[in-house]
Amino acid sequence: MRNFDYIRPASLPEAVAAGQLPDTAYLAAGTNLVDLMKGGVTAPARIVDITRLPGLSSIEHLPDGGTRIGALVRNSDLAYDPRIEKTYPMVAEALLAGASAQLRNAATVGGNLMQRTRCPFFTDAVSACNKREPGSGCAALGHATRIHAVQGWSEHCIATNPSDFCVPLAALDAVVEIAGPDGAREVPLTAFHNLPGDHPEHETALRPAELITALRLPPEAAAFRANARYLKVRDRTSYAFAVVSAAAALTFEGEKIGRARLAFGGLALKPWRVEAAEATLAGQAPSPEAYAKAAALALDGAKPTGEANAFKIELARRVAVRALTLAAAGTPARIPALPASPFGIV
Amino acid sequence: MTATATPLNPAAGTRHGSSIGQPLTRRDGPLKVTGQARFSADNLPPGTLHAALCVARIAKGRVTGLNRSAAEAHPGVVAVMTPENAPKLAQDPDAKAGPFIFRLDLLQNDRVRYANQPIAVVIAETLEAATEGARLLAPTYATETPRIGLDAGEVFTPDSVGVGAAPSESDGDVEAGLASASRTIAATYETPAQYHNAMEPHAALAQWDGDRLTLHMPTQGLAISQGRLAGLFGIKPDDIHIESPYLGGGFGSKGVPSGPQVLACMAARMVGRPVKLVPTRSQMYGPMGHRGPTRQTLRLGTDAAGKLTALDHHILTASSSFDDFFEPAGRATSTLYASPAIAIRHEAVRLDTGTPLFMRAPGEATGSVALESALDEMAHELGMDPLEFRLANYAEVEPITGKPFSSKALRECYRRGAEAFGWAGRPLQPRQTRDKDGLLVGIGMGTATFPALIFEGLARAEIRADGTGTVELGAIDMGQGAWTALAQIAADGLGIGMEALTFRMGSSDLPNAGIAGGSGHTATAGNAIHAAAGDVIAQLAKLATDDPASPLYGAGNAGVTAADGRLTRRDDPSRSESFADILKRAGRASIEGQGKAGADAAAQKSYAMHAHGAVFAEVKVDPDLGQIRVSRLVGAFAAGRVINPRLVQSQYYGGMIWGLSFALHERAEMDPRTGRFLNDNLAEYHLPVNADIPAMEAILVHEEDSVVNALGVKGVGEIGITGTVGAIANAVWHATGVRVREMPITLDKLLG
Repeated sequence: MRNFDYIRPASLPEAVAAGQLPDTAYLAAGTNLVDLMKGGVTAPARIVDITRLPGLSSIEHLPDGGTRIGALVRNSDLAYDPRIEKTYPMVAEALLAGASAQLRNAATVGGNLMQRTRCPFFTDAVSACNKREPGSGCAALGHATRIHAVQGWSEHCIATNPSDFCVPLAALDAVVEIAGPDGAREVPLTAFHNLPGDHPEHETALRPAELITALRLPPEAAAFRANARYLKVRDRTSYAFAVVSAAAALTFEGEKIGRARLAFGGLALKPWRVEAAEATLAGQAPSPEAYAKAAALALDGAKPTGEANAFKIELARRVAVRALTLAAAGTPARIPALPASPFGIV
Repeated sequence: MTATATPLNPAAGTRHGSSIGQPLTRRDGPLKVTGQARFSADNLPPGTLHAALCVARIAKGRVTGLNRSAAEAHPGVVAVMTPENAPKLAQDPDAKAGPFIFRLDLLQNDRVRYANQPIAVVIAETLEAATEGARLLAPTYATETPRIGLDAGEVFTPDSVGVGAAPSESDGDVEAGLASASRTIAATYETPAQYHNAMEPHAALAQWDGDRLTLHMPTQGLAISQGRLAGLFGIKPDDIHIESPYLGGGFGSKGVPSGPQVLACMAARMVGRPVKLVPTRSQMYGPMGHRGPTRQTLRLGTDAAGKLTALDHHILTASSSFDDFFEPAGRATSTLYASPAIAIRHEAVRLDTGTPLFMRAPGEATGSVALESALDEMAHELGMDPLEFRLANYAEVEPITGKPFSSKALRECYRRGAEAFGWAGRPLQPRQTRDKDGLLVGIGMGTATFPALIFEGLARAEIRADGTGTVELGAIDMGQGAWTALAQIAADGLGIGMEALTFRMGSSDLPNAGIAGGSGHTATAGNAIHAAAGDVIAQLAKLATDDPASPLYGAGNAGVTAADGRLTRRDDPSRSESFADILKRAGRASIEGQGKAGADAAAQKSYAMHAHGAVFAEVKVDPDLGQIRVSRLVGAFAAGRVINPRLVQSQYYGGMIWGLSFALHERAEMDPRTGRFLNDNLAEYHLPVNADIPAMEAILVHEEDSVVNALGVKGVGEIGITGTVGAIANAVWHATGVRVREMPITLDKLLG
């Protein structure tokens, strides 16, 4: 790979200052960035290693009932935190359904939000890719594969976001806390990842030199703890990206659904959440018909990008119905041995 | 770099006495799990330089430019090897002298024949500098449209398929058999291109001393490699010393030297220092061989009772634009089921890919899934149980040739496998069963078969005056357990315990033990060892029985047995003498013997020799989501004498896992527009992970074979894959009612 400068700041302000140097990338666990650097997909001149920054590695349970998760908390530490598992079970289930144990032990929460698409035309470092080389075109358009988007894509990019973790975060209205040259700010997770539009190179809401410092789950996210599931359909039982996944969460008022949350992975360049679909479930008795109606709304406007991924639209409907059914049946007492798998229902 | 064969000292706790048949744990296991086993790329002699490949990112055309000066200017880069300055070779790497010679791309011109073909090598003080140097070369190309996929190329029929087999075989009149049949089916099955994906890349550490080459390189064939390299460099094979004590998997891809391994030798010669070259994972998709895609059409006819009247198997597969090899997918069809008319025909298209290379049951694996699926489809058509249908068409002699089998315990495999699995009572109709979670459950079976091959091999053995012995030969352990199983044969052959045996292998300085491939290595190396040890014991027996001072005097060679370091009169166990005493009295420090293995031409002419098995699979399928999981696998195999039941069982497990991988996971995806790979990495080229592997049972069915070779050993390495792919495909159909004829079976094909 290209030679690069390595900077290890001792404090957040130092990190942000270093991040303002041109052609710089922040490095946490590097499970994605280093791979991309090795493959020549990205070649920053400077790496700012943020892994020793103080104060970014803890899970705080806030007085208002919310939870703040430091950007450097490891995926596995978060998934196995007893309060996280109890309060936000589908977050833990999604984390454990992603990558491998080794990767989860290294990868951080902030890094998970920053992971790049697995589109092969992006990762091969040579094909036309508007994300990697703005204006070069989209080689995927003529040869979409099963990982490509069916929602929210544009003629400039049909990639998908590979994260499992972000799907329940989107459903639970998580908030991303950000530090940067202009101070701290926050962005809802649902607004953190950009759809490709005309500028697929603009992947997130982060401005130059900004970095994620924490994720926050708002107090109301805890209300879904009794009826929340993540379901991930994939081509092998473990260590595979989702073909389609869904996070489904419900509250009940008596026999009727109170509030519903539903978000999808594998469909778009961001977790796909349609609030109108959720709204149709409110006040309904839980039933396959009600779920199917919500699923249909969530998939409204979906369009395949090729023969190879057309099946994902119908599959996503079925995944939604199943995930809602599982959520209605209740969160299992413990995360199944095969998390989020159709084969690990309980 | 000094040339020493790697000895493995016996592990503590190994068994004394008779070794063959004992489930010894692998002797190399502790070294591997503690990181002490030294694989090729673990070597780093002083002064070693690192080489990185620059590979083509087009599949057809020419390289028109390389930014050599940018690479050379990068700190740490020592040299850049391109067609401009690459050492000239003594032999055209495209010259073809035999079936084991594969054409190689060795920087002799600017032509690009496939994606990931090496087009330059950068040699540097560090791996990082070499890698960046390779990137800085930023090649430009004159690109031509590549031919990718079975419909893209011109069809040809080579003179031979596989390693020397005829492209067509037939017996009887298939058209007449189909015309007279009361039922017929015709179906077309497809299998994708697959890549070996051994965990260990094809590393090479090369060092020249004048015209002598020392090479640390994982290879399945030491002498084949020596021969190929000697031809290319114009030196004697004996001047090439190759160390290959351990392989992190080969699966056929290390059967012949790969282009990048030869490039490491060329680079070392160019810079006059040791050079190490370890390709990246993606660089293994191209110059290291693969399994070509197939499109196979089966036509079957039966009479009303379910007896086959015709079996027709047409195979379209692929080779490269510049070589001829492809796997003979029709081979299983010529050996498994009796039919008065059988026809098998292979054709291939030429594609702009690397040349295919034997991979995990080459031919049998791809052919078997088509054949076993078609058998299942016909059984359903007839309303017969699939096992009964196979039994009704059991081949008592080898079809086409009419030869008797040297041994064939397939009926027993069917019986034992079916019983252990619980096959009886299987519903004939599909989609009849659900488990308590509502998942669809199906069961299916397939017949496994693989030829019992033996190659030419040599071994050397010795007994010393202290009662210890040595056996050595250029055998290869690619993970199958040769360090252990062959040592067991050696210890028994010499009549000593494992603790008294020094066993050496994995070096080209040792006698040529042939290729570790074709599931024939235990037969080849084992019989060579058996013969070498027998030679030693015969000499020892002569010394003793000719010596009036020996208690064995007059017993004659045939009258003694060797065990526990002693010769004992067969007719009087009370009369025996230790090897040490015999040698001391004769004033001999040691006795050395030689042994040879090879096919017995007369036996080959008279008998068909194959291993057999039956595999039973249970799968569960989510009825709405299509996701598939194999929930049980039972295989019963008969493959002659079992040297080490623990290792043999492991080989069967491994084969069955590769079968699962073939059925549900493996598929190389290429962009047909560019010929570039879309999944040339282990995240996206799916192989099964632990969570995909169900409870498995491998039953070792007893089989004695006095014809196949002196030890009575058949191969066990590849047979497991052959029955398993079809068994899983048939189980998926039985679960869902959906017959997927295009491998791998993925969830989208089951959504309905």
